[in-house]
Amino acid sequence: MATSASAYENDIKNLKATELTLGLPGTHLQENIPIIDQEKSSASSSSNKRPLQLPHEETSPAQDCGSKCSNIAKNTDDDAAPPPSKAKIVGWPPIRSYRKNSLQEQSEAAGGIYVKVSMDGAPYLRKIDLKIYGGYPQLLKSLENMFKLTIGEYSEKEGYKGSDYAPTYEDKDGDWMLVGDVPWDMFVTSCKRLRIMKGSEARGLGCAV
Amino acid sequence: MKKAAYSFPEEVLEHVFSFIISDKDRSSISLVCKSWYEIERWCRRKVFVGNCYAVSPPILIKRFPELRSVTLKGKPHFADFNLVPEGWGGFACPWIRAMAGAYPWLEEIRLKRMVVSDESLEIIAKSFRNFKVLVLSSCEGFTTEGLAAIAANCRNLRELDLRESEVEDLSGRWLSDFPDSYTSLESLNISCLGNEVNLLALERLVSRCPNLKTLRLNRAVPLDRLPNLLRGAPQLAELGTGAYTSEMRPDVFSNLAEAFAGCKQLKTLSGFWDVLPSYLPAVYPICSQLISLNLSYATVQSPELIKLVSLCEKLQKLWVLDYIEDDGLEVLAASCKDLRELRVFPSDPFGLEPNVALTEQGLVSVSEGCPKLQSVLYFCRQMSNAALNTIARNRPNLTRFRLCIIEPRSPDYLTLQPLDDGFGAIVEHCKDLRRLSLSGLLTDRVFEYIGTYGKKLEMLSVAFAGDSDLGLHHVLSGCDNLRKLEIRDCPFGDKALLANAAKLETMRSLWMSSCSVSFGACKVLGQKMPRLNVEVMDESGPPDSRPESSPVEKLYVYRTVAGPRLDMPGFVWTMDDDSALRIS
Repeated sequence: MATSASAYENDIKNLKATELTLGLPGTHLQENIPIIDQEKSSASSSSNKRPLQLPHEETSPAQDCGSKCSNIAKNTDDDAAPPPSKAKIVGWPPIRSYRKNSLQEQSEAAGGIYVKVSMDGAPYLRKIDLKIYGGYPQLLKSLENMFKLTIGEYSEKEGYKGSDYAPTYEDKDGDWMLVGDVPWDMFVTSCKRLRIMKGSEARGLGCAV
Repeated sequence: MKKAAYSFPEEVLEHVFSFIISDKDRSSISLVCKSWYEIERWCRRKVFVGNCYAVSPPILIKRFPELRSVTLKGKPHFADFNLVPEGWGGFACPWIRAMAGAYPWLEEIRLKRMVVSDESLEIIAKSFRNFKVLVLSSCEGFTTEGLAAIAANCRNLRELDLRESEVEDLSGRWLSDFPDSYTSLESLNISCLGNEVNLLALERLVSRCPNLKTLRLNRAVPLDRLPNLLRGAPQLAELGTGAYTSEMRPDVFSNLAEAFAGCKQLKTLSGFWDVLPSYLPAVYPICSQLISLNLSYATVQSPELIKLVSLCEKLQKLWVLDYIEDDGLEVLAASCKDLRELRVFPSDPFGLEPNVALTEQGLVSVSEGCPKLQSVLYFCRQMSNAALNTIARNRPNLTRFRLCIIEPRSPDYLTLQPLDDGFGAIVEHCKDLRRLSLSGLLTDRVFEYIGTYGKKLEMLSVAFAGDSDLGLHHVLSGCDNLRKLEIRDCPFGDKALLANAAKLETMRSLWMSSCSVSFGACKVLGQKMPRLNVEVMDESGPPDSRPESSPVEKLYVYRTVAGPRLDMPGFVWTMDDDSALRIS
């Protein structure tokens, strides 16, 4: 299990590398933090800093404003750049507070158990509410629809036979488990996130059990 | 002396003028000659004041003594995003007081982004015998006690619309204050209220008002009470549901579906908080008659949204969360050929990673498939110049284009270039564009495009964009029809502002926050332009306690005939002749 955990860690780093990001390579501040530990901070981690010097800035024609103006611009830019990556920018994105509050209230009120779902090779993570499923069959069907794949039949002995994919989840203890081993209710309350593994690793996991 | 102006008796001119309703036209009429000015002002019934500080109550009342309808707007637009501190202004009371004395026959008051007190509402309730319409849009400062006064006293009330206002909801009892004899309600919008209103009173009110066309409930109205309400008002044209969830019981669903089907005139739907997906099919029977659908609170996934939207072939307006995803927008493009307005809001605005598969592609699909699309508000996480170019070429009939790429200064995700060319294409091809909001990585060049092509542009919103004053200069010198300009976090400074000072008198207002405008420049502007109010906002203390060259936190400049306002809070300083001298 120890080896598969570290193999998993490597995989996480690779997954991060394939994630769709905005901005130039190297501008993402939290590159070295594994996804599992990354707290959900606001969108402003790299927002008040300009991306790397772009070609057009060097070749732009002499500007009307004098040096004083551009100095002021530079100074305020430096002064204004907030170091904490978790600081939210006031009033950004431009959404009315009642909308923000409503979304928040709804996710709290619904009592949904939202977990992230990643799939090896997919650029987007998804999020699902485990509460809306009645059991494993509905969950797996939904995952199959969401990611356009077949997961195969679950069996206690052999895991998910007959496909390249195996759904796994991280439980409360931080361990990666095969979906389906524990009763549904236990699963719903202990699942922190889902990952659909692919390829040899997926097949290996089934056999190892 | 020419006798042409006197060839018609006044009464005839008055009668002719009564057919002219547009404010612009009325304004033009009043400029023809003195007698037309006089006749016009006596027969003007409706006035729109876009900035309550541009004029004062006495000035308004003096010029127009016989108004029946007044619309006032208070705070600047960026107040919607918490950029205007509490207490800034926009107080309705002085206006209400003055109008109570001058216009006993006033019928309609519409206020937007103003601070309205219970006292003001009580004055309204008691002063205007024939009061018919009260619209409080994004207002604040009042409680349900004020509403009770309106309910109890306004016998002829037709419309009570509290859209998006912040109301201190003390109790739902106020609704019961409409007397049993009151039957003239046509439009009620209480969607912003937090507490439950007296449901029995609501049901009785709804069923005894035969002309009720618009009913927008608040979230607290439970779904299982909705069928009764609908049965009491089968003539409803616009409905906002309450929470759209309930225990899963078969009778609730069938009851609901039947009630919806009974509303043959229903054209507009909104509400949909806490949606239980299995209840959505209850609206399927009326989808084909819907022209407007607001699902912007509905946290349901794409498949449900797709099913719903694909049935709404007559849809003209759709507001939805980004759960609809690119796939859903593609279906929208294929199904709703009459679509005029699309707004896509973010379900997870502060998340770092995209939580939904919504990209620029969704907007491109809609621009391709919906030939009548005019108005767009779109939140997304990536954009490309190519996509913007395609959208511009597909839809040159766009009049409102607001794009918010969530991460500030995001470049074209394909080429990593600024999005100047993309937005440039928008302003170039969409010749009737009146409103534009920019986002993403933008240099001065986009402003050059805007100044060159944005000749019909009336409102421009800019954030985290530009390199220098040249950007601001392009806009101020090029956009002939610019009325409102709001800018935040851009490196625009003194030069462009002072060089274009005269332009500011042709606009309603200019907002600049977290830019590079110095206190000194604000003083100069205030001195130079007596017909502008130049207001500096700074919550960290008086601006003159810092060097003249320090940038001001927030600047709000607007034209006015009323002089500097007298109700400024401690953190607002006005740069007029006197103060400029005093401080320096």
